[in-house]
Amino acid sequence: MDSTTVRGGSNVSLERRAWAIRRNALRMGEVQGQGYIGQALGVADVLAVSYFHALTYRAADPEWEGRDRFLLSIGHYAIALYAAMIEAGILPEDEIPTYGMDDSRMPMSGMAAYTPGMEITGGSLGHGLGIAVGMALGLKRKNNAAFVYNLLSDGELGEGSTWEAVMSAVQWKLDNLIAIVDFNNQQADGPTRDALAQVPEAGRWQAFGWFAQEVDGNDMTAVVAAFDAARNHDAAQPRVIICNTKMCNGIPFLEDREITHFVRVEPEEWASALRILEEKKPQ
Amino acid sequence: MNHQHLSRRASKYTPRRAPKGERLATSAMIASLDSEGRDTVAAPFGHALVDLAKTRDDIVGLTADLSKYTDLHIFAKAYPDRFYQMGMAEAVMISAAAGLAREGFTPFATTYAVFAARRAYDFIIMAIAEENLPVKIVCALPGLTTGYGPSHQATEDLAIMRGMPNLTIIDPCDATEIDQATRAIADHPSPVYMRLLRGQVPNVLGEYGYQFKLGRAQILRDGRDVLFVSSGFMTMRVLDAAARLQRDGVDCAVLHVPTIKPLDVETIVAEASKGGRLVVASENHSVTGGLGEAVAATLMRAGVHVPFRQIGLPDAFLDAGALPTLHDQYGISVDAVTASVKSWL
Repeated sequence: MDSTTVRGGSNVSLERRAWAIRRNALRMGEVQGQGYIGQALGVADVLAVSYFHALTYRAADPEWEGRDRFLLSIGHYAIALYAAMIEAGILPEDEIPTYGMDDSRMPMSGMAAYTPGMEITGGSLGHGLGIAVGMALGLKRKNNAAFVYNLLSDGELGEGSTWEAVMSAVQWKLDNLIAIVDFNNQQADGPTRDALAQVPEAGRWQAFGWFAQEVDGNDMTAVVAAFDAARNHDAAQPRVIICNTKMCNGIPFLEDREITHFVRVEPEEWASALRILEEKKPQ
Repeated sequence: MNHQHLSRRASKYTPRRAPKGERLATSAMIASLDSEGRDTVAAPFGHALVDLAKTRDDIVGLTADLSKYTDLHIFAKAYPDRFYQMGMAEAVMISAAAGLAREGFTPFATTYAVFAARRAYDFIIMAIAEENLPVKIVCALPGLTTGYGPSHQATEDLAIMRGMPNLTIIDPCDATEIDQATRAIADHPSPVYMRLLRGQVPNVLGEYGYQFKLGRAQILRDGRDVLFVSSGFMTMRVLDAAARLQRDGVDCAVLHVPTIKPLDVETIVAEASKGGRLVVASENHSVTGGLGEAVAATLMRAGVHVPFRQIGLPDAFLDAGALPTLHDQYGISVDAVTASVKSWL
């Protein structure tokens, strides 16, 4: 493996990476005074495992042909992915104050044309997994062994187009496709389970023919094991990891908010949140 | 096999526009137009629907996970047993609305304009329009009313929807008109697509003693030099621009056209035929396929040959950023409208 290629191997712990992702996200949230902080704090552990354990990539060359592709179909989670890509060195830390501002390379909703390392334009949900199917097919055509990851949200599973992609991936035996579902049970109008289809989540993916795992997405050891099992699974089928996460994880006074889909934070509360995080800084 | 030619876009990461002056934050997803310095009304659509429902048992509401963001939550709270949360699933929301209409109900289905116009188009046309069912599709974030980029900016929804037979299309200006139009479309026996301003919505037309009439364009002010033909919130903008231009001796008329389809051909042709005026079509929509091109075609068909200009969004995917910045950048702020008209005279 090229010396500039990242895939694990760092002596910085995954817990510390997740902590840094949360810190970066809070600093970006402070720029706007509001935003999808709940999602970022919830999914930080999954992104730490993605970018510092599972994915192969070159930080200085985000379009390197050999990279694993990481697709963010949930465009509003961009703040979380920017936070991870800053920690990974793909985006410079000094652009944090530009988040969501005019002329920024980090707009509020993730778009491929704006941001190095952002593979697709998200924001209209239900598109990512279909694109992932095409990229996985393309990689196979090129005999490229890279994986395609697609981070989806539980709300996004309401979109019928996602299930068209679910079936297509099975049809084409896409063993190079790994879907990650951030299941935080929150969408715009309220709890996801109140909105549509309360079903055993892993069970329905299995029924469609996927290799499915369901884990506590805030349990680092469990997430690492699930990513490893997904990569190493030896049947010709696509893989999904359902990650049950907690909105605003790690900042108790935010976890207790009634509305966590789009969190409004009073100006002085950002310092409190960052202080709480600082006290939990892992080695 | 050499796959070098399969590399992706060549022009990624082009530098953003050079910084100029103060940079603004994008702010909330749901941009509000209440920075106009005008009186505002909270959730006029939601309150009008609640009012209607008091006397009409046939009114039901559906949303695809956006009740709070389309003001339908007001109705949901007042009439929880007549409200259907369909989840993040626009296609089935539209199909189910069609089914409710077939059973005699008058469904109001809400989402963002991008999701109805782009994602659910086939379902609207086949399940609703072809059967001429009285489903009302009410959509927030029309045109450039959010800085979130093309995923949320419905800059082409009118162009898409105008192609659908049987569909009435409404682009209201303000809170007064949203209230009146909501009541009017509930009585209309056919399908309607209505663009929605939500949250704190400016109130402008009250000053003009305005009364919405489905399918009718109405003159809000008269003038000798320019005839604005305008829809949606751009009518607020051209009214302000007209006041400024008046101070510079330019006399502007404003013809407000809230019904995009069917277009009030008679009034538009009559006003444009008065002669001696520059006709300026103004809309919160791409210059392709919206009100401006509809007016242009109307005038050509009627044999009315007048100087004609368009104010509208470019036929392009727009930037993300703060709304005031983007409205200036794309020529639909009051400053930009005023400057454009001066440059054309």
